[in-house]
Amino acid sequence: MTIRGIAHIAGIFEHPGRELPNLTLAQIHAEVAEGALKDAGLTFGDVDAYYSAGDAPGFGALSMADYLGLDCINIDDTETGGSSYLVHVQHAAQAIAAGHIHVALITLAGNPRTGGASPGGSANVSGAPEQSFESLFGLAVPAGYALAAKRHMYEFGTTSEQLAEIKVAASNHAQHNPEAFLRDVVTIEEVLESPLISDPLHRLDCCVITDGGGALVVVSTEVARSLNRETVKVLGSGTAIKHSDAGRIDLTYTGAVKTGKAAFEEASLDPKDVDYVSIYDSFTITVLISLEDLGFCPKGHGGRFVSEGALCAKTGRLPFNTDGGGLCNNHPGNRGGMTKVIEAVRQLRGEAHPKVQVENCGVALAHGTGGSLALRMGSATLLLGREEV
Amino acid sequence: MTFLPVWEFPINQESKQFWDAAAQNVLLLPRCSDCGFTIFYPRSICPECRSRNLSWIQMSGKGEVYSYTVTRRTSGRFRSHVPFVIAYVQLDEGPRMLTNVVDCDPNNVSIGMRVEVMFESQDEGKAIPRFKPSQ
Ligand SMILES: [Zn+2]
Repeated sequence: MTIRGIAHIAGIFEHPGRELPNLTLAQIHAEVAEGALKDAGLTFGDVDAYYSAGDAPGFGALSMADYLGLDCINIDDTETGGSSYLVHVQHAAQAIAAGHIHVALITLAGNPRTGGASPGGSANVSGAPEQSFESLFGLAVPAGYALAAKRHMYEFGTTSEQLAEIKVAASNHAQHNPEAFLRDVVTIEEVLESPLISDPLHRLDCCVITDGGGALVVVSTEVARSLNRETVKVLGSGTAIKHSDAGRIDLTYTGAVKTGKAAFEEASLDPKDVDYVSIYDSFTITVLISLEDLGFCPKGHGGRFVSEGALCAKTGRLPFNTDGGGLCNNHPGNRGGMTKVIEAVRQLRGEAHPKVQVENCGVALAHGTGGSLALRMGSATLLLGREEV
Repeated sequence: MTFLPVWEFPINQESKQFWDAAAQNVLLLPRCSDCGFTIFYPRSICPECRSRNLSWIQMSGKGEVYSYTVTRRTSGRFRSHVPFVIAYVQLDEGPRMLTNVVDCDPNNVSIGMRVEVMFESQDEGKAIPRFKPSQ
C-alpha cells in the first residue's frame, strides 16, 4: 500500500511563544491544536484521529483527548523523540489510505525553558536496561552528538568551519522571522569563538532551548477537496530506527539512510527533484550527516556540500530551515520534528517570509531525528508536494 | 586518581555479574555460546540470534578509542567536574563500550589511542570501569 497522494496536510500552527511560564503543557497542546484546525478550516468535532508523543502529559494522547473532549477512533502515541511527529504524519496517511480516518490531529508542546525538564542533563529513564551503562559516564545530549561529530571529522576530514556554515545559514534565515528566538546573523568566526560545550561542538552548534509547540492536521483527499485552504500532498515517507547494535555502533550514519531511500522510492523522486529541505538541526552535525544519508551528497562529502552558503535561501543550491530552524528559531520541548514539517508546508504554500521563500517551490523534504545519534535514534522523512505536483 | 561523580545506579539480575566482577577489577561481558557474539551492554538474551545460552567471558580490558568528546560545560552531577572525556572504546574482543577516558590530559586523547581498563572503587563495594592510556 502506498500513501502517495492519498493524504494531505491541511492545517499547520507554530506557537508564537518561546517562553510560556504561565501555560500548562495541556494548555499549550490545546492552543496549537486550535490553531492548526483553524488554519485548515476545521473544528475539533471533525477530528477522528489524534496523535501525540512523549511530550503529552499524563497518559499521552489518551489524557489529551480527554482534556480536549476528542471523540477519536484512532490514537497513536509513537515516541521516537523529535522525529515522532513525522512518524505520526506517516501513520495518519496510512490510516487514511486504509479508509479508517479522515482528519488526524497531531500536537506537540513543551516548556523546557521556563519549567520543564532540563535538556542538558543525562538521560535517566528509570528501568531502561541500558541505564547503568550510559548515564553513569556523564553522557548528556550534546556529548552524544559530539561523539558522532568527532568520528565524522576523523573519517572524512569534516571541519568545525563546515559545521559552522550550517548555523550561519540558519541565522541568515532567522533574521527575517520576527518570532525567532535568536535573530542575529552570525559568522563562521562567531560560531568558532563561542564556548565549546562538548568537543567539537560549540554553543552555537547547538539548538536553542525554547517553550512552545506546534500542530498539524492531516486529511483525506475527500476532506482536502472540501476545504478552502491550500493543502499539500504527502508524496512519500520513511521511518526507521538505529541503535547501539549491542556494541557494534557506527557513529558515521543515521537512520536517514533507510528513511530517505524509502521516501524517495514511494514518491518516485530523487534528491535533485527537491526544492526545499527542512532538516532537523538539534546540532549542526545532525544536519550534515542527515544530508549525506538522505542522498543529497555522497557519504563523507557533507562538509563540502554545506560550504559557501549552499543552504542559504535565494543564493544557495539547497535552501534549508528557512524559519531559522532549531538552531535559531524554535525548538519546542527539545523536539524539532514538528517545526520542520510546518516550515516545509509554508514553503509549498508560498507562505514563507518573502526574503526566504523558494520560488516555485513544488517539492519539499522534511526530516526528523530523535533520541541520540550515539545511542539510539529514530529517523523519519516526509516528501511533500504542492497539489498539482 | 580521578573523581568523577557516581550515584546509586540500578543493578539487576541481568547486570549483577558485570558489576560483581567490576568490584573485583575484572571486566566481564556476556558471550553467546551459540553464535559467539560478544555483547555490550550486558543482557540475558543474545541480540544477534536470540539465544539465552550465554556465558560471562573475561575481557582483556585493552582497546582503542573509537570516538570521544571532551565535555567542557554540562549540567547536573558532572557540572563541576569539567572538563572530562566520554568515549566509545572498542575492546580488542570487538564491542564498542561507552566509558570515560581518565588519568590523562583530556586534550591529549585521540581516536585510535590505545587504552586499558581501570576500576574506580566506590562505596558499597562497587567499582566503575573507566579507561586510561595504555603504558
Ligand atoms: Zn547468539
